[in-house]
Amino acid sequence: MIAAAAFYLFAAVLIAAAVMVVTSRNPVHSVLFLILAFFNAAALFLLAGAEFLAMILVIVYVGAVAVLFLFVVMMLDVDFAKLREGFQRYAPVGGVVGAILLLELLLVFGTWQFASDAAGFRLNPAPAGVDNTRALGRILYTDFVWLFQLSGLILLVAMIGAIVLTLRGKTSTKRQDIAKQVARSGSVNLRQPALGAGLGAIGIERPPVEPPPGEKPRQVEHAGHGHDHGHGGHH
Amino acid sequence: MPAMGMTTAMGDTTEMMAVGLGHYLTVSAILLTLGVLGIFLNRKNVIVILMSVELILLSVTLNLVAFSATLGDLTGQVFAMLILTVAAAEAAIGLAIVVIYFRNRGTIEVEEISTLKG
Repeated sequence: MIAAAAFYLFAAVLIAAAVMVVTSRNPVHSVLFLILAFFNAAALFLLAGAEFLAMILVIVYVGAVAVLFLFVVMMLDVDFAKLREGFQRYAPVGGVVGAILLLELLLVFGTWQFASDAAGFRLNPAPAGVDNTRALGRILYTDFVWLFQLSGLILLVAMIGAIVLTLRGKTSTKRQDIAKQVARSGSVNLRQPALGAGLGAIGIERPPVEPPPGEKPRQVEHAGHGHDHGHGGHH
Repeated sequence: MPAMGMTTAMGDTTEMMAVGLGHYLTVSAILLTLGVLGIFLNRKNVIVILMSVELILLSVTLNLVAFSATLGDLTGQVFAMLILTVAAAEAAIGLAIVVIYFRNRGTIEVEEISTLKG
């Protein structure tokens, strides 16, 4: 009896929170009501005996997804009042479609019946005396291991996709662009110096630098060691 | 609800729920309708549309869990976990797209998004 009362309470709060998610004026309030709806749905899961899924719902949905929504809503500087302009205009058609959908669903659920031998067709009957998490783990890592791996793959693709989508190339760091270096021409030339000729003979090539006023450019000594090896690219 | 007769058909293997399957299905149907209604009402705000999709997926999960509990079959809960995974991935990708769209255009109005049309 208490469980039934708890069910009605949680279901009522869940539906009310869902209504507020849809109709709330401020998207931040929408996200907060979404969190409330997730908590109540987790309570409904608990009442149905699915403890592990209830905990997953609280941890993953409230802890990750809803907080992600909250981050994005608060990060984007959007004029949300302007986004609600068509609210009244779309309300009638949305109401009609929603009413028809609800009617059809209730029609289906009202005439629903299990087959008399449905118990024999169960794929994984819940074992007696084993708690929900342990029973789920027993079939998840054995019978449904490919489904488990598929879930991991989906999450990996989602992670890589989100990173690729939102990653911006940094413009502040200096990186070596080899193609750009090779394709460069004009300010730097490739020359074939005479054999044995030092820099004094061929001259130093560098972009002209405006000398600071009142200071003579320093003469570079070209005699001495260090020119017999190394300076030419072609030997 | 005719679904209530299941408990007698299943015998003692059925885990007795506090309320019948029909109540769960009704809550789930209302939740799904509200999600669809939210997509219609918030035609411009893509973030609220994503939240409505989350509501729809939550209703589907609720359906699976209710049937799983009624039948005493754990398969439904395994697939409910798959739905939770897909929903989390969808939210992450969707919000990433929203963020880069806002970065490029400065708006998230869905009706203005027409550059993907052929």
